[in-house]
Amino acid sequence: MAIETTSLGILGLVAIMALVTLVTRFGGVFLMSFVRISPRIESFINTMASSVLIAIIVPMAVAGDMGALAALVATGVTMLVVRKPLAAISVGLVAAAGVRYFW
Amino acid sequence: MEFFRMLPISFFVVAFGAAFGLAAVQAGLTPLESLLMSTTVFAGASQFAALDMWGTQVSVLPLVAVVFAINSRHLLMGASLYPMLKNVSPGKRYGLLLLLTDANWAVSAQEYQNGRHNLEVILGGGLVIWLAWLVGTALGVYFGGLLQNPKALGLDMVLGCFLFSMALGGRKTPRVLVAWVVAGAASLAAWKWLPPNMHVVVGALAGGAIGLFWLEPGARKTTEGEAGDGH
Repeated sequence: MAIETTSLGILGLVAIMALVTLVTRFGGVFLMSFVRISPRIESFINTMASSVLIAIIVPMAVAGDMGALAALVATGVTMLVVRKPLAAISVGLVAAAGVRYFW
Repeated sequence: MEFFRMLPISFFVVAFGAAFGLAAVQAGLTPLESLLMSTTVFAGASQFAALDMWGTQVSVLPLVAVVFAINSRHLLMGASLYPMLKNVSPGKRYGLLLLLTDANWAVSAQEYQNGRHNLEVILGGGLVIWLAWLVGTALGVYFGGLLQNPKALGLDMVLGCFLFSMALGGRKTPRVLVAWVVAGAASLAAWKWLPPNMHVVVGALAGGAIGLFWLEPGARKTTEGEAGDGH
């Protein structure tokens, strides 16, 4: 099935996208309300949460250019040393900009 | 206030929104339609992906599949907030979830790892990011791209660096580090060999599986009522 991109069609397509996205925003919490939070489930949730971040970042580092890699390495090192997110992000961006300018 | 805490990341959201607004009008959407999409969908990566599929016709099933795949990480993000959200009324719970995005979720999830309950950042941070996304889209729609080359300034890496700093700010026990290695490897393998846009969910579930089978010593003794600070 396909929808023509007339004004009405575009409204329909946007509504479909909004609905699908809403299902993803609500779905996880809705399904969890049927699960009893045992220590095992709690442990699963906690490791999964930070794993989401790692799963986003690793392909970003591999697919990106040297600037992207430099940004992530610089952010990681700064974060481990000074433990301040804003400082870490700033150093990361400077690293990306610097690598892309000079190389 | 949490609203202001997310302001730095919001500048990036404005730039990203401007890029989307420009791409949307180039794909044939009117300014109002572009703004309507940003207002109601409020999920950048999936909106860009939808533009890739735009033409005189758009096939519905592929559109649904792509939007769902890209945004399926919300399912896991929402689930991870459930221990906090179960204590608030359903209206407030689902109201907060309307504003769930990567950045405000990352802050809330990280603070939860460190034993603090912070749902205010979902609300305040979500609102500021949503407004920034609308302002950015409007700028892009009416004035075109703001910056000629945001990559030269490293701006494409703001979100990646932000999320990475959030990950490193959490607890780093051996169990978590093993989970990260597994999550990273699984994500990379899924990114290489599975259909597009599945790597985040695959990686996150693989990392979560480590937590499922390897409990922190003492965690077994935690009862449901204490689950909020069960570390």
